Amino acid sequence: MPILIASLRLVAASMLVCVAGYTAAILGVAQLFPETARGTVIAAADGKAIGSRLIAQDFTEPRYFWPRPSAAGDNGYDATSAAGSNKSPTSADLKDRARALIARYGATPEHPLPADLAAASGGGLDPHISLQAARYQAGRVAEARGLPLSQVEALVDRHAFSPGGFLTPERLVNVLEINLALDQLSS
Amino acid sequence: MMYAVLFVVLIVGGAAVLSWPLGRYMKWAMDPATPAGGQDGWTRSFQRIGGALARTPQTWKQYMVAMLTFNAVMFAVAFAILALQQYLPLNPDGMGPIEGSLTFNTAASFTSNTNLQHYSGESTLSYLSQLGGLMWLQFVSAATGIAALAALARGLAGRESMGNFFVDLQRASFLVLLPVALVVAALMVVGGMPMTLQGSVHATTLEGAAQTIARGPVAAFVAIKQLGTNGGGFFGPNSTHPFENPSFWTNGLEMVCIVLIPMACVWMFGRIVGRTRHAAVVFGVMLVLLLVKISGAVYFETAPTQAFAGLPITQDVGNLEGKELRFGPTSGPAWGVLTTSTSNGSVGAMQDSLNPMTGLIPMVGMWLNATFGGVGVGMINMFLYIVIAVFVAGMMVGRTPEYLGRRVEAFEVKLAIFALLAHAVFILGGTAIFAATPWGQTALNNVGPHGFSEILYEFSSASANNGSGFEGLGDDTVPWNIATGVVMLLARFIPIILPLAIAGALMSKKPTAQTAGTLGVEDSTFGIMLIATILVFGALTFFPAAALGPIAEHLTFMN
Repeated sequence: MPILIASLRLVAASMLVCVAGYTAAILGVAQLFPETARGTVIAAADGKAIGSRLIAQDFTEPRYFWPRPSAAGDNGYDATSAAGSNKSPTSADLKDRARALIARYGATPEHPLPADLAAASGGGLDPHISLQAARYQAGRVAEARGLPLSQVEALVDRHAFSPGGFLTPERLVNVLEINLALDQLSS
Repeated sequence: MMYAVLFVVLIVGGAAVLSWPLGRYMKWAMDPATPAGGQDGWTRSFQRIGGALARTPQTWKQYMVAMLTFNAVMFAVAFAILALQQYLPLNPDGMGPIEGSLTFNTAASFTSNTNLQHYSGESTLSYLSQLGGLMWLQFVSAATGIAALAALARGLAGRESMGNFFVDLQRASFLVLLPVALVVAALMVVGGMPMTLQGSVHATTLEGAAQTIARGPVAAFVAIKQLGTNGGGFFGPNSTHPFENPSFWTNGLEMVCIVLIPMACVWMFGRIVGRTRHAAVVFGVMLVLLLVKISGAVYFETAPTQAFAGLPITQDVGNLEGKELRFGPTSGPAWGVLTTSTSNGSVGAMQDSLNPMTGLIPMVGMWLNATFGGVGVGMINMFLYIVIAVFVAGMMVGRTPEYLGRRVEAFEVKLAIFALLAHAVFILGGTAIFAATPWGQTALNNVGPHGFSEILYEFSSASANNGSGFEGLGDDTVPWNIATGVVMLLARFIPIILPLAIAGALMSKKPTAQTAGTLGVEDSTFGIMLIATILVFGALTFFPAAALGPIAEHLTFMN
């Protein structure tokens, strides 16, 4: 019984310090970074949320860049049930999914699809595509919008960044950001 | 190749460098020198909080009873919060009741420092359940491990008592975990991670569709998740979720945090027993095994996604299925090894979608469970291997085996072997039962050997108190919840209680004088002996199971 009471005293102390105190302290730090601490939400001119800069959303219209495939939720890009496909890389299901994507992008052996457009991310919400994947789609986007290809390609290059600076050779493009920039360009 | 090496060196090297001063600090925090004329200020405060029982030195049995009682209370409190979450505050998204066996599994999982998750946080738990239930357990379960290691070390150092659990738990929670977590969580906020008590965002996408975006107090949760080798994610897919790991830089910091305190625990152990050279040899053994595993995983993951072979797809950075682009291609396999070497269990890429041989290496990490291992308990597991190594070495050269000046005899070795064999029985027995019955067969997301791997991985993860998974497995069923829940609890406390019993037996023996005939534990001979013991005991036991799963898949499908 005394052991139980001592344990309960420790429960009270640790709840107070490690839950209440710690959470309050970090919420305090978060006040200094209000944008990102609330999920880096992008709002339209009327104040309504369009999405989060960090979270992929679905794009199907030819005039937009398309994100990587997603296994989050039943139809993908469900930001309340993030998930990967959890398929083995040897799985026939992945082959079927890749075939459908190849058909959608019209990829051919002469014009093969960049791998990130065929492979789903771990959380199904990866907001980025590779620079190659963005360039791959530039022709379709330019045609759908009636813009010169060079203008769309220049936009792609402007949005490309290295996620780890000199530590990463890869260059990425944020899909929602470049699509917002496209809409601004067209209007 | 150059980028991969640089990445691994920065992460592992960075953690190793930081672990030295942290280990020194942890010695001060966990085992302060007693000043003349009473206790230091912190100890006096902790004794006041703990009450009368916190003032008396404990034998190993008293220490164990205190630890088990406190852990039982931890389980009960967390179970109650989870079970009642629909009636409690801090539930802006209106999360409903949780099914009974899932509540049991989750409470057992976080009490045992495992953080196996048969649910998705963003669609199951209220913010109160996340913070007051699970994040609280992430602190106190990790603190339990650190306290147990401090007690073991005191026993081996030949002290009169093991210390006092009620004081040790507060030292580990308030002086070790809390300050480090505050720094890391603040850095995560700076790095762009959400930290809010507001509910989900309801957005209308550019194409006019509705998208609900779950968020929450993520940064506080993630810091202690990584530091305490807990690994339980705020969101279902853990640190692959952009809110749980927004950038390359947060990713690097999270990876360092996975292994930082487990590394520091080795130095703390060495300082308490007063043998830092011995700690350096143990650290070296762990580091060598860790680097071998990381190299293997990174190498195997450069093979492209096999399913895309023959299709018009350009694959120039290896297998991308289940990986985020912002972390770079080396992060996924390296994280997979770090998280399973340390009983952390968070993921930065989907383990289920790793190439077959890459997926084997995390399983090896969980089978050994001592290449740094969990906070506190990793070094305790390594102590079991050390007991066996000195015994075998002593037998080989015909000398009386001893460790840190105490004779190691049949009783201690029996307990050590029992603790190590329990791990194998839980994994192989559980896998055999579930692979042979519909309990396992109907839960699979992949067919053939990869399906077998999913079952094998789940039991390895439960018994190693790891918590990662081949997450395709449909494991939120009553048989899975109960079986893994029971395994997690047994596999948590058996390898803490038995080593304490061994230390209790050793400390009651008369110290032996060190002579020229004493087998040293501070040189490379001992290091090699230890590696051999770990590989023979830890790895060979599981080789047949590995052959049926990942190795069979590799040989069948990869070309």
